[in-house]
Amino acid sequence: MSTTVQGQVEAGAAGRSGSRLVEVAFRVRELGILAALALVVIVTTAVNPRFLSVQSIRDLLLNASIIGLLTVGQTLVVVTRNVDLSVGSVLGLTAFMTGTLFVGRPGLPVVVALLAGILVGVVCGAVNGAVTAVGKVPSLVVTLGTLYVFRGIDYAWAGGRQINAADLPDSLLTLGSGRILGVPYLVAITVVLVAVAAYALRSYRSGRELYAIGSNPDAAVLAGIPVGRRLFAAFVLSGAVAGLAGVLFTARYGTVDATAGTGFELQVISAVVVGGVAIFGGSGSVVGAALGALLLSTIGSAIVVLRVPSFWQQAIVGALLIGAIALDRLLALRIAAALRQRSVRNAG
Amino acid sequence: MPADTTTPAATPGQDRRPLARRLLRWETALVALLVVVGLVGEQASPGFLTGTNLFYLGLDVGEIALLSLPLTMIIIAGEIDLSIASILGLTSALLGWLWNAGWALELIFPTVLVAGALAGALNGFLVTRLGLPSLAVTIGTLAMYRGLAFVILGDEAVADFPASYTRYGTTPIPGTSIPYPIALFAVLAVVFGVVLHATPFGRSVFAIGANQEAAFFSGIRVRRTKFILFVLSGAMAGLGGIVFTLRFASARADNGAGLELAVVAAVLLGGVSIFGGKGTLGGVVAAVFLLGGVRSALILNDVSNDILNVVTGLLLIASVIAPNASAAIGRAVGRRRAAPATPT
Repeated sequence: MSTTVQGQVEAGAAGRSGSRLVEVAFRVRELGILAALALVVIVTTAVNPRFLSVQSIRDLLLNASIIGLLTVGQTLVVVTRNVDLSVGSVLGLTAFMTGTLFVGRPGLPVVVALLAGILVGVVCGAVNGAVTAVGKVPSLVVTLGTLYVFRGIDYAWAGGRQINAADLPDSLLTLGSGRILGVPYLVAITVVLVAVAAYALRSYRSGRELYAIGSNPDAAVLAGIPVGRRLFAAFVLSGAVAGLAGVLFTARYGTVDATAGTGFELQVISAVVVGGVAIFGGSGSVVGAALGALLLSTIGSAIVVLRVPSFWQQAIVGALLIGAIALDRLLALRIAAALRQRSVRNAG
Repeated sequence: MPADTTTPAATPGQDRRPLARRLLRWETALVALLVVVGLVGEQASPGFLTGTNLFYLGLDVGEIALLSLPLTMIIIAGEIDLSIASILGLTSALLGWLWNAGWALELIFPTVLVAGALAGALNGFLVTRLGLPSLAVTIGTLAMYRGLAFVILGDEAVADFPASYTRYGTTPIPGTSIPYPIALFAVLAVVFGVVLHATPFGRSVFAIGANQEAAFFSGIRVRRTKFILFVLSGAMAGLGGIVFTLRFASARADNGAGLELAVVAAVLLGGVSIFGGKGTLGGVVAAVFLLGGVRSALILNDVSNDILNVVTGLLLIASVIAPNASAAIGRAVGRRRAAPATPT
């Protein structure tokens, strides 16, 4: 841990050439996920050529889209050296809410449901953000707490009820299964959000400040960054994304009960970490995280196609996750060493 | 019953604080809450404090209680282990598989404990030798160990264990209403409490959590200590796997799924700081039984179990806000007092 901090300090000292090196490393990291993805797809296609058909690719993307969407919000939070464990519960809450809304009023425009979902997500995120930022308490504990609270509210509201696709209007279900220019709506929404978030994190001052906070929270305060406000915003956005994902969950699956999205938080964090976002903040990209989600869900599908007993899936995902963080560690050590050499050369 | 073990071992220095301040400790609040839950529970549904109900309460929290002991130490050392429930599932699956393979239970139990310790050792290796963050490592092994459990046993359930063994998981110690797992837990809690609060090893755990570098430079073997803690955590999870399997007389790969968050919640609710360096085993024991008591009281009153989620979550958030809030109040009071009088 201390070496990465040292590496970051020296990255500042080494100046522009250093930051370019770090950027190259990032790109290498994303290329690594793409290479792993390509490997999985090629091996699977060799066994069953239909794995690479248009319909199959569409399904692969569709399967990854909801977790992929959640990684956008989670990345914003994780780069600040925080974590949002409540996303699965927020998703469950808005998923059930969406179902209930439409059962009562089948004619409701879908936009209203989307906005309602986002709004509820924003409220949940604001609770997380306020307690974390104002109370200055660890987000791991706060969001573990709200994971229970939001899920409890969901259970209390839903009871044992289940909402089925038959109760839902076609307008909503079209959102889950329809396409625009051949691309499923869900995939399009995820891609757009990933692109927007990637641009904002890269090119906006507030986006860069999220990284600064994650690299060194104390230094961020001294640098005049409004740390509390940025953290609050990151949690609100994460909540909003989870709220949106809840609506899309109902649109996609049609069947919702109080357990929707249980355990998603760990899947999302796995995807984010496999995607190269450092769990202790300060580095990583939204694109990498989304690719991580795509890789994990593609492995899931490949296992089915390859007729590997599905029991192996979790074990493989876990091993992959550990491999990914070990690789990141190695990469960080290499970069730190390279930067140190460079700064020595610059000084001399 | 839990009250015996909840007296927090006071660390030197705290004794000098005024009595009122000492009573304001989070642990004291937990014990008070525990008493309140007991009284209110008895009031609302007579029979709450009877032996039978307490027996089931104890049985219900058995695994969480056992797993909370090593996790307390790990969190105090500034790390975390999220893979414990998966190790529980893995050892439970292994237990079932070995039983199907015709092994004797007397041989299976130690094997399973060793398997749990090995699983913990892998966590410890990745954290201490490769220097990876334990949060990420144990999220990975959470998936991996659970996956291995399914690889071993698939989705079948092994349930033909002899009653001579399953009775340890389902009946109280003859003549009392104490479940066997809780008796085991009581003994282990004392051992863990003594080790954590009264031995050099325990002091070094606190030192590592408070400031790892300072601990290293004062000659504490940081990596070895952490490694031992992870191995211990794995072995205890193996024990939890045995207890869980005997209690339900069923070895399944999905046993204990999701239990890790409940255990983390109990430990943090017990006043252990997620940043490490602070906490008492007594507080955690009180928190475990508080959560169990609330659940039992809610069930007896036909309040849906779901509300427990909300209560758990709110208590958890309160547990982190309370110290900060009381510190802020303390500062405000201190300032007001310091203003008129001359500062000492």
